[in-house]
Amino acid sequence: MEDLSYRHIARQRAGGTRKIAVIGVVASGNLEVLAERNLPDAECLVEIKTAAEGFGEVWNAVIADFVERHSPGGVRFSINDGGARPDTVSLRLAQAARLMQEDDQ
Amino acid sequence: MSAGQTAKASPDRTGSWYEASARTRVRLLLDPGSFEEFIGPEQREISPHLKVFGLPEQFDDGIVVGRGLLDGAPVFVAAQEGRFMGGAFGEVHGAKLTGLLRAARDLKSISVLLLLDTGGVRLQEANAGELAIAEIMRAVIEARTAGVKVVGLIGGRSGCYGGGGLIAGCCSALAVSEQGRIAVSGPEVIETNRGVEEFDSRDRALVWRTMGGKHRRLLGGAELFSDDTVQGFRDAALDLLGSVADFGLDTLKAEQARLEDRLQRFGACPDAIDIWTAEGIADAASVPALPADQFIALADQVRRTSRDAR
Repeated sequence: MEDLSYRHIARQRAGGTRKIAVIGVVASGNLEVLAERNLPDAECLVEIKTAAEGFGEVWNAVIADFVERHSPGGVRFSINDGGARPDTVSLRLAQAARLMQEDDQ
Repeated sequence: MSAGQTAKASPDRTGSWYEASARTRVRLLLDPGSFEEFIGPEQREISPHLKVFGLPEQFDDGIVVGRGLLDGAPVFVAAQEGRFMGGAFGEVHGAKLTGLLRAARDLKSISVLLLLDTGGVRLQEANAGELAIAEIMRAVIEARTAGVKVVGLIGGRSGCYGGGGLIAGCCSALAVSEQGRIAVSGPEVIETNRGVEEFDSRDRALVWRTMGGKHRRLLGGAELFSDDTVQGFRDAALDLLGSVADFGLDTLKAEQARLEDRLQRFGACPDAIDIWTAEGIADAASVPALPADQFIALADQVRRTSRDAR
């Protein structure tokens, strides 16, 4: 297992009022993303636990791209990875960001 | 956990139960926006054992537990995620379900829905998992003794195997879809232990007609058969919660008599098709291919579900 952590400055705060969202399942080639709105508005933190070691460079690129596209300021993302491909990771992160933009009930 | 639904309008329940995640099943099964999770993923109550094996954890350890409303009535609900480690029972996973059942036992008045989707005990934490199964079986019986209805809904990709099959056997009633296989030993386990002549695990048609939902319904192991939709399982849950008899010594005696009768009538049958023929189904070989609505009509004809046993 490898633990990775990426901290970014986001252009703006993530929209919506939702405090928490979870998407995906830890299975082969899949991952779960837990999003929590508990950081200062300009910060974004992505923490990863992955069974596939040695892919830090790829994670770095995927997450930098995600933060640039979605600007999820104020949100901490925690990932449990079951060896997902980069496109699946991007999709799950986008789904999590989308869920956080909904208004809490 | 919020359900992520901004509107309170009736959700689309026509989707597949089999394909849905545990969280989606719970969200769509219950009244919109009513689900409140206990020990949610943000609390990170993960398995203490998986890290030792270099295996990834899941924040809810593969089971969602909480409370909500079903057609306005409060229910406790537990849903296993069959895609995470085959929905298998580990220490934390099992403890969450045991705790839910004990809460139901203490409160006496709130029914429990178990959305089982499991291969049994998680091998990496086998002792803890086996203990969890025993604790859950005891908790189901204690809850039922206290007057709580415990209804199992089975239609997930992992089926309901191993200790999950034992827990299902302890429930007040079960609803199953065609995909929801119920057994203790799985096909490969039987073949490994007893030989391919006893059970050929690669013969998928044999597996489905021996362990699949249609056979379980016709044999009386499951009270209701549901189409593979969330609406089907919601209707089945409401039906069963409204019709389950009280639990007591008479129930157990009736169940014992039912099982003895079953063994006497079908014990010599070599295949499920022989059992269906013995039950009076004219074209038993056609049963596996029947659409859900036709099968439900047929099942209601040949076997009225006994509501005084279990």
